[in-house]
Amino acid sequence: MIRVKNLTKYYGKRLAVDNISFSVEKGEIVGFLGPNAAGKTTTMRILTGFLAPTQGEAWVAGYNVMSHSLEARQHIGYFAESVPLYTDMTVRSYLEFLASLRGLDKNRIKTRIEDVVEICNLQEYIDVIIGKLSKGFRQRVGVAQTIIHEPEVLIMDEPTIGIDPIQVAMTRKLIKELSKERTILLSTHILPEVSMTCERVIIIHQGRIIAEDRIENLSSMVAGSKRIQLEVEGPSQKVTERLRQIKGVVRVRYDGSRYTVEYPAGQDLRSQITQAIVRSGWTLLSLESIEMSLEDIFLKLTTEEETNQ
Amino acid sequence: MAYVVTGIFLVLTGVFFAISSSTYLETSIGGFLQSGSIVLLLLAAVLTMRLIAEERKLGTMELLLTAPVRDSEIILGKFLGSLGILTVMLALTFYYPLLLMIFGDPDMGAIGTGYLGIFLLGTTCLAIGLFASTLTSNQIVSAVVAGGILFALWFIGVAANYLPEKLGEVINYFSLSYYFPDFVRGIIDTRGLIYYLSITALFLFLAIRSLENSRWS
Repeated sequence: MIRVKNLTKYYGKRLAVDNISFSVEKGEIVGFLGPNAAGKTTTMRILTGFLAPTQGEAWVAGYNVMSHSLEARQHIGYFAESVPLYTDMTVRSYLEFLASLRGLDKNRIKTRIEDVVEICNLQEYIDVIIGKLSKGFRQRVGVAQTIIHEPEVLIMDEPTIGIDPIQVAMTRKLIKELSKERTILLSTHILPEVSMTCERVIIIHQGRIIAEDRIENLSSMVAGSKRIQLEVEGPSQKVTERLRQIKGVVRVRYDGSRYTVEYPAGQDLRSQITQAIVRSGWTLLSLESIEMSLEDIFLKLTTEEETNQ
Repeated sequence: MAYVVTGIFLVLTGVFFAISSSTYLETSIGGFLQSGSIVLLLLAAVLTMRLIAEERKLGTMELLLTAPVRDSEIILGKFLGSLGILTVMLALTFYYPLLLMIFGDPDMGAIGTGYLGIFLLGTTCLAIGLFASTLTSNQIVSAVVAGGILFALWFIGVAANYLPEKLGEVINYFSLSYYFPDFVRGIIDTRGLIYYLSITALFLFLAIRSLENSRWS
C-alpha cells in the first residue's frame, strides 16, 4: 500500500531524510518512531505530496506520489502534526469544505459527515465554531477530516500529541478501530504508543532507518542478553560480590533496593542465583525477569548509532 | 475583511463621486472611476494579502496542497473568490450612474466602458496581489509587496513623461494607468484589453509557479 524507495530529502544543504526505503502492506498498522527532527514528518509530507523528494520514489495505493500525485492524494487521509483547521468555520462547514475538496458529491458529504461525527464523538459540537473548541476536540475534528473521504491509507503525524490522557486513550482506540479496514502509518516519538497500537515499527534516527521489524522480533533481536531483577535481604556489597561470582553472569547492578543481573540470552541462571543467595544465609524476597521495553530498544539503537559515527 | 474593504471603497468613492457631480456638475462617473482606481490599488493589496499567506501561517496550506486538487485549481479558486468580492464591490456602486440617470442625461456608453475598465484594472490588481501572497506567510509583507508592484506599475506611466519620447512610450505600454483613461472616456482600446488580461494571466501563472515551488523548498 505504501512503498518508499531510496528516498532522500535535503532542505537547502541540510539532510533531513537519507536514502530510506520501506513498505507497508495492506491492512497493516505501522509505527514510525523516532526522536524529534528524525525525518518522520518530512517523509510523511513527501508521501502526501506536500513536499517533493530530492531523490528517490514513493508509491501510495499503487500511484507514484510524484507522477500521479492527484490519484495518490485521493487515497490518502493525512493527519498533519499541526492539526490545520479553519478556526472561524463551524465543524460542519469545515468538514463539508474538506469533503468537497476531495471530490465527494453532495449526498455523500451529508452521510459521511454524519458517520465521521459519530465515529469521533462530535455530535454535540457539529455547529460550534472550531476556534471555540478545546485542543482535544480540535484533534478529533482533525481525525474526522482525515477519514471523511474513506481513504484506504491513513498517514497520521503525531496524532496524540498535546492532549490529555483520556483523549489520548480515546484517540488510540479510534486508531485501532480504523486499522481494521485501513492501512495506517503512524508517527510518534512516544514509545508506549507504538507497542499499544502498532504491529510493526520502523525506527528512524537522523534521517535514516535504523531498525524495522515486528515489535516482538525487535526486542529479541536487540536483547542479546537476559536480565532479571532480584530483591534480597542481606548486606548489599556482599550480595553484589556473590552474584558476580556466579558463572555466566555478565553484570550486576544495585540501585538501592533491587539488583539487576544480566547474563547471555539462551541460558537460565535463575536456579544458580537463588541457591547462591539462600546458601549464603540471605533471604530472597523476589525474582523476576525483565523484558526489554521498546524504550530500551530505542535508546540502545539510537546510542549505538551515535557511537558508530 | 471583505466587508471592511468594501465599506471603505464605497465611502471613499462615494465622496469623490459627490464632489465631482456637485462641485464640477459632471454627469459622468469619471470622478468615481479616477479616485476609485487609486483606492482599488490599495484595497486589492489588502484584499489579497491573506489569500495564501494566511493559509501558510495557519498550516492549512498543508490541507490544500495534500488534497487531490491541482496547484492551478487552488490559485484559480482563490482568484475567483477575490474576483467575486470585486464584482460585489463594483455592483454596489451602480447607484452612482442611477442617480445620474435620474437627475441628468449621462453618456451610458462611457459608463459601460468605465465599469469595464475598472473591472479589468481590479482583476489585474487582484492577480498581482495574489501572486504577492504566495511569496510569504506574513500578510503584512504580502500587502507591502503587492502595493509596491501595483504602485510601481501605476506610476511608471507618470515617470514615462519625463523620459525621452521613444523610451517613455515603450514604458507607457507597461503602465497600469496608461490605458485606463480611455475606458473612462468611453473608448474600448483592444490594446488595453489585451494588456490587462495578459498581465492578469502572467501573475496568475507566476502565482501557480510560486506555489509549486514551495514543495521543493
